[in-house]
Amino acid sequence: MRLTLKIWRQQTRSASGKFVTYSVDNVNSDMSMLECLDVLNEQLIENGDDPVAFEHDCREGICGSCGFMINGIAHGPLPATTVCQLTMRHFRDGQELVLEPWRAKAFPLIKDLVVDRRSFDRIIAAGGYISVSTGSAPDGNAILVPKESADRAMDAAACIGCGACVAACPNASAALFTGAKIAHLGILPQGKPERDIRAIRMVTQMNAEGFGGCTNIGECIGVCPKEIPLEVIAAMNRDYFRGSWRERDNVVTTLRPFTEWSTGSKLKVDPHSGN
Amino acid sequence: MSATLVSVRESRPARFWDSTNGQKIVMGITGAILFVFVIAHLLGNLQVFLGPEALNAYGRFLRGVPEILWIVRIVLLAAVILHIWSSIKLGRRKLRARPIGYSRKENIASTYASRTMYWSGPIILAFVIYHLLHLTAGIVHPGFDFVEGDVYHNVVASFQVWYVSAWYIFSMVLLGFHVRHGAWSMFQSVGINHARHTSILKNAAAVVAVLLVLGYVSIPLGILLGLVK
Repeated sequence: MRLTLKIWRQQTRSASGKFVTYSVDNVNSDMSMLECLDVLNEQLIENGDDPVAFEHDCREGICGSCGFMINGIAHGPLPATTVCQLTMRHFRDGQELVLEPWRAKAFPLIKDLVVDRRSFDRIIAAGGYISVSTGSAPDGNAILVPKESADRAMDAAACIGCGACVAACPNASAALFTGAKIAHLGILPQGKPERDIRAIRMVTQMNAEGFGGCTNIGECIGVCPKEIPLEVIAAMNRDYFRGSWRERDNVVTTLRPFTEWSTGSKLKVDPHSGN
Repeated sequence: MSATLVSVRESRPARFWDSTNGQKIVMGITGAILFVFVIAHLLGNLQVFLGPEALNAYGRFLRGVPEILWIVRIVLLAAVILHIWSSIKLGRRKLRARPIGYSRKENIASTYASRTMYWSGPIILAFVIYHLLHLTAGIVHPGFDFVEGDVYHNVVASFQVWYVSAWYIFSMVLLGFHVRHGAWSMFQSVGINHARHTSILKNAAAVVAVLLVLGYVSIPLGILLGLVK
């Protein structure tokens, strides 16, 4: 099949970007969206042009690396699918696809379709964990977990942190991501002791990152490749409300949003130079 | 590597009020107060169909004890101010959160009502200010003579002016849209969501919104059609 790809090209964060239209003729309908971009990139490299930068890793829909907008929908038109799992048979021969990176202040652009999602890492670092004692392994079934709790926690834990929720949200809010992390730990008995402070810390970090506020519109759940339910945002609100009320004098700090790259070198290498 | 620069601790109340979640909780709770008001106000207003005696008696009853009237007014005013305050805070954040917009964006999972809250809200505010000047204070009353205390006369005479009725009907439809999203969203904001119950709640919000619009709109329509004179 033949496709026209209209792709956002931007060399560096500070450079100005624009859409460039490419025609890809030899698209196999069983290819994934990323393989289609691989074919395009081979053409570009053979012609001596700069290939399109896009993020990818596992290509089996579970790592959360890939993702961009296809015709205005995060991860494209197929529900519960990442772009690496989206096969080209879902498009018509001759169709034009507009590929655009996630757009949010908290996701600064790196190059073309690649954005910096370290703001998610900082939200996790703020409290998305449980504290455990090291030493000998604990008895396997010492803590009883009801099946329903395990299922609900697993549903929330399915979040791969791809950022589609932020991309689709009219407010560019990270509520679904943060809610999924808070809910998946808070539902389990192992996560209960730190439930209050976890919600306060993660929410405080989320709000420090420049994401918008959740207004319960629900666009996020329409694009989430893991079908995280809107319920997790209520879980975050509940834990934050509860935690803010019960808190006494916990010290809450935030990591300052940091968008530059350390090269680990004393040489002044600019990673945004595009070379 | 992310840098780990640690900022100083903020005080607890400041953090709650500064957070988007805290602002949504404020919006949800004040929205609930205003929701109860619009229901009660509708039930009171529908007495226009019972005739002048009933409505005027209801008007006197509301103003019977000035202390209670003013407590209710202050609570409502505070709710309105906090509701607007949180929407401004969240709206400003929304504008900053996506400096470069999409060339193309599809909405696939949200209601029209939920996406237009920032439009329906300010228009309803404009209506409420007009409505207070119109029928409470009696300062702006095109096309009729305002008679203090004769609620029935004021209502019937004012809605006989077609453009006053049209503006009222338009605003009430927008109120319906606002309630259609707000009436279930306020539960989500304070942390109440359940896999089984929330879908019922969303449907209930839609039904209540429709009933609310039909109830309010029936008054100017009844007067324009000559059913209430």
